[in-house]
Amino acid sequence: MSTATVARHSADPTGPAPGTTPRGPSAPSTWERVRTWAPSSRYLPVLTTAALFLGMFGVGGLRYEGFTDPQVFLSLLLDNSFLIVLAVGMTFVILTGGIDLSVGSNVALSTVIAAKTLEMGWSPYLSVVAVLLVGTLLGTLMGLLIHYLDIQPFIATLAGMFLARGLCYLISVDSIPITNPTFQEWAYKTVDLPGGYYVGYTSLVALATVAIAALVLARTRFGRTVYAIGGNESSALLMGLRVASTKVGVYAISGFCASFAGLLFALYTLSGYSLNAVGMELDAIAAVVIGGTLLTGGRGYVVGSLFGVLVLGVIQTFISFDGTLSSWWTRISIGLLVLVFVVVQRLMTRRQP
Amino acid sequence: MPETLTPVPETAASPPAGEAGPARPSLAARVVAHPLLWPVLALVVLLAVNVAASPGFLEVRMQDGHLFGSVVDILRNSAPVMLVATGMTLVIATRGIDLSVGAIAAIAGAIACTQIVGAADQGAAGAAIIACTTALAVCVLLGLWNGFLVAVVGIQPIIATLVLMVAGRGLAMLVTDGQITTVNNDTFSALASGFVLTLPIALVIALGVVGLTALLTRRTALGMLIEAVGINPEASRLAGVRSRTIIWTVYVFAGLCAGIAGLIIAANTSSVNANSLGLWIELDAILAVVIGGTSLAGGRFSLAGTLVGAIFIATLARTIPTIGIPSEANYLFKAVVVILVCLLQSPRARASLRSALTPRSAKGASA
Repeated sequence: MSTATVARHSADPTGPAPGTTPRGPSAPSTWERVRTWAPSSRYLPVLTTAALFLGMFGVGGLRYEGFTDPQVFLSLLLDNSFLIVLAVGMTFVILTGGIDLSVGSNVALSTVIAAKTLEMGWSPYLSVVAVLLVGTLLGTLMGLLIHYLDIQPFIATLAGMFLARGLCYLISVDSIPITNPTFQEWAYKTVDLPGGYYVGYTSLVALATVAIAALVLARTRFGRTVYAIGGNESSALLMGLRVASTKVGVYAISGFCASFAGLLFALYTLSGYSLNAVGMELDAIAAVVIGGTLLTGGRGYVVGSLFGVLVLGVIQTFISFDGTLSSWWTRISIGLLVLVFVVVQRLMTRRQP
Repeated sequence: MPETLTPVPETAASPPAGEAGPARPSLAARVVAHPLLWPVLALVVLLAVNVAASPGFLEVRMQDGHLFGSVVDILRNSAPVMLVATGMTLVIATRGIDLSVGAIAAIAGAIACTQIVGAADQGAAGAAIIACTTALAVCVLLGLWNGFLVAVVGIQPIIATLVLMVAGRGLAMLVTDGQITTVNNDTFSALASGFVLTLPIALVIALGVVGLTALLTRRTALGMLIEAVGINPEASRLAGVRSRTIIWTVYVFAGLCAGIAGLIIAANTSSVNANSLGLWIELDAILAVVIGGTSLAGGRFSLAGTLVGAIFIATLARTIPTIGIPSEANYLFKAVVVILVCLLQSPRARASLRSALTPRSAKGASA
């Protein structure tokens, strides 16, 4: 009886969490259970990142006036909404053990297509559909190359990256402003919260993307297959899972998310430019890594990636609040964070081949 | 499909050039089977396109004791990619990859330029030599760092080098204090624009590094050991190969090569912009390696192929404006090349191509 009660707290298929085994024959008291409760080891990386985020926010609040103002957090969401969406797509890909280098170029391509089609007088809805179609198509093509022709994800998406960037330049070398009233309305639309705070529509859209992605990964057959492929692709294949469609699917999702992020980026900057988002794929990968997703695939959560993006955002907020630090410290600190998380991941998975 | 299940491409089984088996195959068969056939053919096609577009393309003339002409220009421009790709070839041969070379190049350029600017006599040859040596020493350290992460800590190469790729440009900005640093030193700018023995210095340096690497890897056992590590690091370690040291060495070498390339790029404009110096050169280098026939799965490498690949990329960059397409579309063509090369290398694509080419009656057997 008592073991069953305790076991519920450590409901972890990979093994019981340490410290939850009852030490005596008598049932542990409530206090004992609370004291020895440890979160399932599966959630540790996500919780670490969340704690890191809260800690950094706290430190910022102690050091700088007005840092803990809720509006700072809401602006964090607004300024990083495109990166959140991008990281969601990247999480799917990395969970299968792949990588997608094309997303930054895909974002740039999306902003250019949106701006160009609007300039040509398309309806904004048609323009959105066109952008999403192109992005998803690009992702699907890369997925087909990767799965059916056995081309390494790194190389196939490198080709995709060059392709998208080249298409950008073919469409327009110069920056195109977006003057469409519907787009401008979307860009500036906010929801008022009590207390005089407000949150942008794009942040809500980004959060909704995270929620949908989390549901898909946790509750659908597709999501479970994603984890299975990341765990061991051959096993997944032998188990009769739909490896082909899932693998192509994750790249399609990544392409879709990238073009969607591109739309959000176009709303953020209200322009389309071929040199947008250079190196943004690195930010997305960094966010996913910091969010606790294993780069070898099979383990991780979309929510972690959300926190990863927020951590990156807090670093930037720190630097802008400080005023004495230069912006290149952002890159250095992101690199250091990635290093720390990768080394920790390595230590965690040392026993695995 | 995991790589272990895919069959080895046929070219791997064919003997390398100049080392004929017991039954010497005919010359034609050897040429067709030679791994360099496709890269060289592609380069020839590209050159032919150029000649068709501007008939005087291949002309090389002597002027003030130097060689001048489009071809010399292309070779000179290919020097940085050639250098980076040489280091990358060895890294890829150990089944690794080095994404940080662009950042390392930026750091090398940043250090060299700031050192020269800070020297007592900015124009002195000594200042340039000291600055370049310092920069290269730092690059060796960065290579040691990458090698440490890969060989000792055991992080996947793509991720281990990603750390420096992300942070490196920040470090370079730190060195230059975020400024575009311009130098005025003839010795330094000679790195890119000077000539020695009628040839551009940059090209001579690059060819020298490639030649030395080829000598070291093909005339000693080093190349074989690198390939052994690439095929199976664990097995080669058990067989007595010091795989950790070898992996470490190739990353240091890649860092050093990237540093030299960074110096040449910085010397080319006599200035350094930490944000754009060597941007995406890692991808060009990987492309050169892949075009040259080195498999990304490791265990086999061809320096001659890499050389052809680097020249191919520089030629492509020259061809696109020549035939009247805006040079920014370069990326589009690179994408097409990457995909074509991968299709040619992919065993599965080869198999489906072969079954499409064979007559219907023979299909049952091949499936």
